[in-house]
Amino acid sequence: MKKEGEIRIPSGCAIAAVISKEGKKMTGEKIIAAMRPMHDRSNGLGGGFAAYGIYPEYRECYAFHIFFDSDAARSACETLLRESFEVVKAENIPIRKNPHITDLPLIRRYFVLPLGSVLSRLQLDEKEYVARTVIKINSTLPGAYVFSSGKNMGTFKAVGYPEDVGDFYRLEEYEAYCWTAHGRYPTNTPGWWGGAHPFALLDYSVVHNGEISSYDANRRFAEMYGYKCTLQTDTEVITYIADYLLRRQGLTLREMARVIAAPFWSTISAMPTEEAAQAEYLRKIFPGLLVTGPFSIVLGFTGGLMALNDRLKLRSMVVAEKDDRVFIASEEAAIRAMEPDAVNFYAPAGGEPVIVQIKEGSY
Amino acid sequence: MKKIDAKEMDFTALNAAIREADGPCCVENCLGQRFIGAGMKEPDIEIFGIPGNALGAYLAGAQITVRGNAQDAVGDTMNDGSIVIHGSVGDAVGYAMRGGEIYVRGNAGYRAGIHMKEYREKKPVLVIGGCAGSFLGEYQAGGLILVLALGAGERPPVSNFPCTGMHGGRMVLRKDAAGVKFPAGVNCRQATPEDMESLSPYIRKFAALFDYDGEALLADRYTVITPDSRNPYKQMYVAN
Repeated sequence: MKKEGEIRIPSGCAIAAVISKEGKKMTGEKIIAAMRPMHDRSNGLGGGFAAYGIYPEYRECYAFHIFFDSDAARSACETLLRESFEVVKAENIPIRKNPHITDLPLIRRYFVLPLGSVLSRLQLDEKEYVARTVIKINSTLPGAYVFSSGKNMGTFKAVGYPEDVGDFYRLEEYEAYCWTAHGRYPTNTPGWWGGAHPFALLDYSVVHNGEISSYDANRRFAEMYGYKCTLQTDTEVITYIADYLLRRQGLTLREMARVIAAPFWSTISAMPTEEAAQAEYLRKIFPGLLVTGPFSIVLGFTGGLMALNDRLKLRSMVVAEKDDRVFIASEEAAIRAMEPDAVNFYAPAGGEPVIVQIKEGSY
Repeated sequence: MKKIDAKEMDFTALNAAIREADGPCCVENCLGQRFIGAGMKEPDIEIFGIPGNALGAYLAGAQITVRGNAQDAVGDTMNDGSIVIHGSVGDAVGYAMRGGEIYVRGNAGYRAGIHMKEYREKKPVLVIGGCAGSFLGEYQAGGLILVLALGAGERPPVSNFPCTGMHGGRMVLRKDAAGVKFPAGVNCRQATPEDMESLSPYIRKFAALFDYDGEALLADRYTVITPDSRNPYKQMYVAN
């Protein structure tokens, strides 16, 4: 675990994102290009991407992307899927040979619809049912790991450098209105396929650069509400926090930012009365979800994204724009690699969320 | 001046090309290469594009000019020489700087000048033309941090928590610093004529580099912040 040298950021994970506010589709080449100048921020032990709007022909289905260690794991998982869902389509995720990507698991995707009869019997809403099924597979079926489970979106990840991972998954063949990307430099866990970012549950995905010191406190809180942190890696818990606060508690994105990157009490005391009351309320209601330690994250969801730094801003993050597109990355060089003529470069302050939502109806 | 096309060149190859240039050189199409000029006594380096993190780390006398923005940790632990940035810089510019000068035309991110230090004639200088982010001069132990807040509008010259743990050196802010909250361990006062005399070479140099009216800048009011030397650690570590 690095401490003092971290401020200098000699290396650390890399994140990048691009979104079209008009909902225009972009292939994966540009987001892969963003990761190249940040190559040295990763060490080849994990790379991944999330893409939104890529499965319009199956937009009503939940798209499960699953790693299997063995055929036995696959068959056990497929049995469970068939009991829980109508499986509309099942196929291998297309890949390309890349000499730098090795030790492949089986990589499959399933477009599934929850069975109405099961939902009414369990008295659950659809998303809750899907989330519970994902958690059940990941915590009880050895050798099977659902790494993507949203509608009309998907994550793609592997052990390797992000530019190789993007090539391996043929991301140039997908068209998305929003892409996020991650290059990994694991600090606390050995890198493996499931531990690469993004972490996703339903349509929430998180890419993260940092090291969360509140991991255990956050994990204990999340586990009280049925989430199971199976990977001992800190990003997973942020995904569950997002799902809990946004989907289950109905908080807004700004409120969520005030919970996980809560302002200091001294900062709150200098706020106007009403704002201070709200900030204080959120800190008191969700103390177990304050995330401390360095982080910069991009949270993707259907129709938008939110970028956020820890309140001390111990990680770098830059935002820029060009026409209908907004770019976010750990380094300005990454944004210039996507769009040399990007404008309005801006480094958000610690705890200040950058929220981009695309035009209603355009995805 | 020798031109080096940095397109798709990694940082090791780029620094080797700069060393081999054997004289002033101009780096074009720079995109994120780290450690440019690290530890170099010479040559003069002009950069077009975006240099990567730790530009001019441990710089030992070379002159670096960037015709745009720079990223994090510019001049990390630099000893001598100068770095001139015609745009803005990321976080931790001048981190642990021990000598030399850095001039930034635009804004600086978080932790500018963190743990700058001085020893005898080695007095580092960091001049920020725009505004600085939070934790400016954190643990500052020496040297001069000057923030001019040009084009700041309503924005204060520095964000939250400046001078946290400051125990040496000087911080100087142009404009009214009334809205800035300083920790208990530092003193703030208006700049005296003696202060202005010591600041004027740096203000004039900034004005010359970036085409500002130096005399007009010198005529403004400045606030000088120094650690409370009567008992600097008292308030930090014990309450009695």
